[in-house]
Amino acid sequence: MSSIRVNPETLSVLDRPNSYIGKTVPRPNLDRLLQGRAAYVSDMELPRMAHVAFLRSPHAHAKIVSLDAAAARQMPGVIAIVTGKELADVITPWVGVLSHLKGLKSAPQSAIAIDRVCWQGEAVAAIVATNRAAAEDAAEHVAVEYQELEAVTDMRAALDAATPVIHASLGDNLAFERLHDAGAVDQAFAESDAVVEAEFVFGRHTGVTLEPRAVVADWNAAEARLTIYQGTQAPHMVQNIAALHLGLRESQVRVVCKDVGGSFGIKVHIYADEMATYALSKLLRRPIKFVADRVESFNTDIHARDHRCKGKIGVKRDGTITAFEIDDLTGIGPYSMYPRTSAIEANQVVNLVGGPYTSKNYRARARVVFQNKNVMCQYRAVGHPIACSVTEGLVDLAAMKIGMDPVEIRRRNLIKDDAYPCASPSGLRFEQLSHHASLTKIVEMMGYDALRAEQAALRKTGVYRGIGIASFIEVTNPSAAFYGVGGAKISSQDGVAVRLDAQGSVICQTSITEQGQGSEALTAQIVGSVLGVSMDRVRVILGDTDMTPYGGGTWASRGAGIGGEAALQATKILRKNILDVAAAILQSTPAELDIVNNAIVNVGDGAPRIELNGLARIVYFRPDTLPPGIQPELMATKHFVPREYPFAFTNGVQAAWVEVDTDTGFVKLLKHWVVEDCGTIINPQLVDEQIRGGVVQGLGAALFEKCIYDERGQLTNANMADYLVPMSGEMPDIDVGHVVSPTRESELGAKGAGEAGTAGAAAAVTNAVNDALRPFATIVTDIPLTPQVILTALGRI
Amino acid sequence: MTAPAFISLTVNGERVEAHVLPRLNLADFLREHLKLTGTHVGCEHGVCGACTVRVGGEIVRSCLMLAVQVNGATIETIEGLSDSGEIADLQAAFRDRNALQCGFCTPGMLMAAQDLLQRNRKPAREEIREHLSGNYCRCTGYQAIIDAVENTARSRMERSA
Repeated sequence: MSSIRVNPETLSVLDRPNSYIGKTVPRPNLDRLLQGRAAYVSDMELPRMAHVAFLRSPHAHAKIVSLDAAAARQMPGVIAIVTGKELADVITPWVGVLSHLKGLKSAPQSAIAIDRVCWQGEAVAAIVATNRAAAEDAAEHVAVEYQELEAVTDMRAALDAATPVIHASLGDNLAFERLHDAGAVDQAFAESDAVVEAEFVFGRHTGVTLEPRAVVADWNAAEARLTIYQGTQAPHMVQNIAALHLGLRESQVRVVCKDVGGSFGIKVHIYADEMATYALSKLLRRPIKFVADRVESFNTDIHARDHRCKGKIGVKRDGTITAFEIDDLTGIGPYSMYPRTSAIEANQVVNLVGGPYTSKNYRARARVVFQNKNVMCQYRAVGHPIACSVTEGLVDLAAMKIGMDPVEIRRRNLIKDDAYPCASPSGLRFEQLSHHASLTKIVEMMGYDALRAEQAALRKTGVYRGIGIASFIEVTNPSAAFYGVGGAKISSQDGVAVRLDAQGSVICQTSITEQGQGSEALTAQIVGSVLGVSMDRVRVILGDTDMTPYGGGTWASRGAGIGGEAALQATKILRKNILDVAAAILQSTPAELDIVNNAIVNVGDGAPRIELNGLARIVYFRPDTLPPGIQPELMATKHFVPREYPFAFTNGVQAAWVEVDTDTGFVKLLKHWVVEDCGTIINPQLVDEQIRGGVVQGLGAALFEKCIYDERGQLTNANMADYLVPMSGEMPDIDVGHVVSPTRESELGAKGAGEAGTAGAAAAVTNAVNDALRPFATIVTDIPLTPQVILTALGRI
Repeated sequence: MTAPAFISLTVNGERVEAHVLPRLNLADFLREHLKLTGTHVGCEHGVCGACTVRVGGEIVRSCLMLAVQVNGATIETIEGLSDSGEIADLQAAFRDRNALQCGFCTPGMLMAAQDLLQRNRKPAREEIREHLSGNYCRCTGYQAIIDAVENTARSRMERSA
């Protein structure tokens, strides 16, 4: 056959006929969610299952003098009441440190407090009963005598000599400090035409997943095996940690994660009450269910942000940024979280500030301090909103100072699109970013000049509108550099097994997880495209340590880029194996055959030769008809981890158009734009919706969300009526555009998109508000931008 | 007031009889007694909308109603609306527009959206945003939901034209 085309094996998978890559296709798992037939852990019931409620400390810091549960034990339905000391016989304590974060320290934390409580909401006893209501009834009859201790609440005073040290064994309240000094910062400031300083304050907020944290732990004493059903982003991490602290081998622990009602980083950590639930199941030899109620969620789900960051920028008259300097302070509660630690966010702030810009002069200090508030840790876009708000806030202040347009100062300082690969002043390596193409695109999308004209016209009528721009970089596809190098048993590689079943359909097991991002869909798209089968023939299995290859899961925008590439590579092998068998059956060669639309076809003329189900039937049921010596292998497994770059950086830019009511202090979001570059786009709709959802989480931080503590460490708004989240009425429409710079680390070329929206939204809005307030010669750098903050800045209150 | 009370009601077209404690709320009754777990519990104090169901044709927060209050009532949950086909087009619009991610808010969101579309066949975008502003969604940022409801209204108008 002289007309043989190049074997499609050598073409990119993106070019194959009927490829799903780059196409909007609906997620295959949506119908069960739409019909109320999903399998969330909070819906689960098992035979003999009991429920646990935790009695939690009302004090931020107190000694437990005594605990009397005798009366509570007599209450109807009570099965057991277990204290921290009793549970310590079953489960060992942990310390949330990582060796690569030099100097990071924390104290041992127990599943249930022993002797002392360190935040309001820390559990002091577990009440196990036949149902949750009975457990809560009994909890009211557990008598605990506390001796209140002084609470450390203000992060600014945590390091003062007069402030009590929360953990005496640590010597002070400093958990971690990082210093960074690159270039010649003092000289650069001295040579600047203007130097601007500001302090940026970020409210402590939290994830508010609509389904609270939920776990059912089922210790089967006969099998000596623990099955943990949990809404988690990282099943293998949970398996490792549960086994380690319960004295089990990993093979004795199975973690199953079906549908998850929102995660956003809230459900990637190990929480004390979840550890207690595993231990209670082992202790009581029966399934135990824990579902946090909303008050518990506010008091125990990790909080995030809560930074005070002083920033300084130098600029020349021509707009050249000469240097950045920051001094960041954050309070993380009484313990560094386990196992990812609570130093990562501050570390990220140091890494990311100034990242989009060419200036090489950068000095930073970040300090992480203990306090008697709820624990704080990684939440969507870890560190990004802080770094972006500080950087972009400073850039706008510098522009204002020298009288330059915000777009123009960025054009003059953003790293050129042809300057890659290169590194940031904090040492981050960039493979390929597209700041200028992104900025050009967003300026066009928003009609920048027309908006400026509208703004000027309206200002004359007493309507104060503002435009805010925020360029950003985003960490995605993390390698072992994030956690593994520090000693955490958190996989940075992911695996996919893919097999052809006896009817020619495909079963794909992947170690990434699904919490609504579309992991299942993008995996099916990749498998279907690479193999040549329709998506409805691909069944994706995830979220089960017994059923999937070993891997990291879905967090830090790694699912598509890492798990997707593993799916691509595994499917390439399966495809080759199928073509080998097909060639043997059809007395052809693999190079002359292709798989298109669920059938083996001729490469040359596309003529169908044999359906995949026919091939599978021969392989599984009539292998006797195959030529001698053929041993078909219709299952393939591949794992993938990025090796060249520690992180696949992405970039983008956001713009906000807002109106500030200078009488009431209310900010109205009129419109929001995002241009981002996540490399190869597998499913445009899923990427856009990740970004929109992320933006709105960022807008929540910008305008509404704050955990308000009083000076005694009491969280005063731990409910959804007083803690404000974005609702549909206040949110704007968000236009999303893309620039595409695939990573060459993988054949797929995909980078992550999950953090982008949250990374830059608050910065864009704050810059827009400051732009609107320009006629009043005032600046706001405190988020959330509540009416009180705005009116205070305006001198109205 | 702590002795179980007898209630008799219709849920998704089926007759249901039960003895319930006076303090049991409707959401827990549906989920724990009838195993209708499509009705979700998000905040337990009437703010998030995840537990929205229909009682006598009106949407209510089932966490704010006691089971004893629905004696004699007719209740419809997401399972019932799905099986009857009443909201099949709305569900399809949500699927096509990816108007859900984790899906936890979705049953309540669909209940509220269908309620709007029954009252107002041609709601403006702002009216949709307003009507759904009692239903919290952490994943989508709402725009896709608003689009899906708008698309459903449009296609219902076209079908009835």
